[in-house]
Amino acid sequence: MSTDVHRLAAQIASGSTVAVPVDYAGVAMAMTRALIEIGTSELTLICVPTGGMQADMLIGAGQVRAVETSAVSLGEAGGAPRFNAAVREGSIALRDATCPAIHAGLMAAQKGVPFMPMRGLIGSDLLRNRPDWTVIDNPTSETPDPIVLIPAIHPDTAIFHAPMADREGNVWIGRRRELASMAYAARQTLVTVERIVDKRLLDDETLAAGTLPGLYVTDIAIAEKGAWPYGLWGEYPTDQEEIARYAKAARSDDGFADYIGANKAEVMA
Amino acid sequence: MSHDMSPATPREILICTVAGLLDGCRCVAVGAASPVPAAGAMLARALRDTAGEPPLRISVLGSEAHNFFTNGSAELFDAAGQGRIDAFFLGGGQIDRHGNINLVGVGDYPRSAPRWPGSFGSGYLYYVVPRVILYREEHSPRVFVEKVDFISTPGTSEPDVYRPGGPYALLTGKALFDFDKDKRGFRLASLHPDHTLEEVTAATGFAFDHDPDPATTPGPDAATLHLLRTRVMDELSETYPAFAAELRARIQTTDRKATA
Repeated sequence: MSTDVHRLAAQIASGSTVAVPVDYAGVAMAMTRALIEIGTSELTLICVPTGGMQADMLIGAGQVRAVETSAVSLGEAGGAPRFNAAVREGSIALRDATCPAIHAGLMAAQKGVPFMPMRGLIGSDLLRNRPDWTVIDNPTSETPDPIVLIPAIHPDTAIFHAPMADREGNVWIGRRRELASMAYAARQTLVTVERIVDKRLLDDETLAAGTLPGLYVTDIAIAEKGAWPYGLWGEYPTDQEEIARYAKAARSDDGFADYIGANKAEVMA
Repeated sequence: MSHDMSPATPREILICTVAGLLDGCRCVAVGAASPVPAAGAMLARALRDTAGEPPLRISVLGSEAHNFFTNGSAELFDAAGQGRIDAFFLGGGQIDRHGNINLVGVGDYPRSAPRWPGSFGSGYLYYVVPRVILYREEHSPRVFVEKVDFISTPGTSEPDVYRPGGPYALLTGKALFDFDKDKRGFRLASLHPDHTLEEVTAATGFAFDHDPDPATTPGPDAATLHLLRTRVMDELSETYPAFAAELRARIQTTDRKATA
């Protein structure tokens, strides 16, 4: 079965790097289910700045080779079972970060510069385990002042779900500016939306400030309730019961397989 | 209003203690999944409003009603870097004698077992927020260890490292501690009601300074408790409905015991 969402998911290559947003910022769950159906493999996930059920499902489906993140959890539903199992088994490469380091890497990419300096990190095991992060002495200081450089993060693809887009491909992201950061930094950005509106978003000054211009958007598809079971600001709340149901199922390999299988059956029906 | 007269529950004493630790702050941020710190911040704000004092700004991550940021999830860190965030809360799967925090997991990294979610913003906020309050309700030797297995973020830094922030207090289900930056260690400030020094010593996997006869963590006065059970409980229900409901149930249980 092919849908617009599948058309989007098919544009993500196996072996590529995909940036995904935090739980409350418009998680493209419909596209995640499509990725699992297609079986796109060897993905590197960049969680901006943390991951949840989306990352856990892709890891559980064996489609992820590496994760850069500040955390992966199911929030109130507890730890991320497939992520935790993969860590225990050593089956995914881990790039543990702290939230502002991921923002710094995206910010560097946004500005087209090779790195961004940031405070903190010195003396942590995060830094010790990140050979790609460098400590330099602040060249603008007269006294010794070590500071960490975070290299630019250039995801191949950014994916997220938003309330609406217009016919020109402008997408309304409201105050969820991390979605813009992801899109600025990524080579392509694929967006699912609840609806496409006829009125041009940039013609309304109130909406324009929260609009990501189509310049940064590669392709759009409609996916109603496309963030479910996560919520979407101003549209619908998170379905905590469903996330708890997943958390319970994903504790075992079989439970996870059943959950994914049932989802697939539902999509095919 | 009979339930307003029932004594403060242990959780309510924790919330009131958090509010006290925020004395003098202008702006406080609370991370995800932190209902007691969020309640403490909301109580501090309500107390200021009631007393007609300058308002306390609070930002609760994951809340729509109690979060004023408009620049995405990077804004909290930017504001902290600018020195605009006076206090923040951190937990820890492990916390050691030097205030080092482990949010990553037990055993040899990277194959930690158990693995915890991860370091979140700790690798930055612990350095730049002046008043970081460590909050961990479980007070046991597996949490409070001599040395953490992974340093998500260190308690102190070398003198040449930019470090305006760091640990300010450690609040657990049994006690409240201060942190002495020069000695790089915790000092017992007070024991919560019904807990003893012997019990806390046995439950803590590292040595800490203390008075021979430590003080008891004070409970709230009637006005504070009333504010907590009315306005703050309503505010809390928006972000943490399950937690607020449980707190309400506990208050009623305590009330029944008190009147029995």
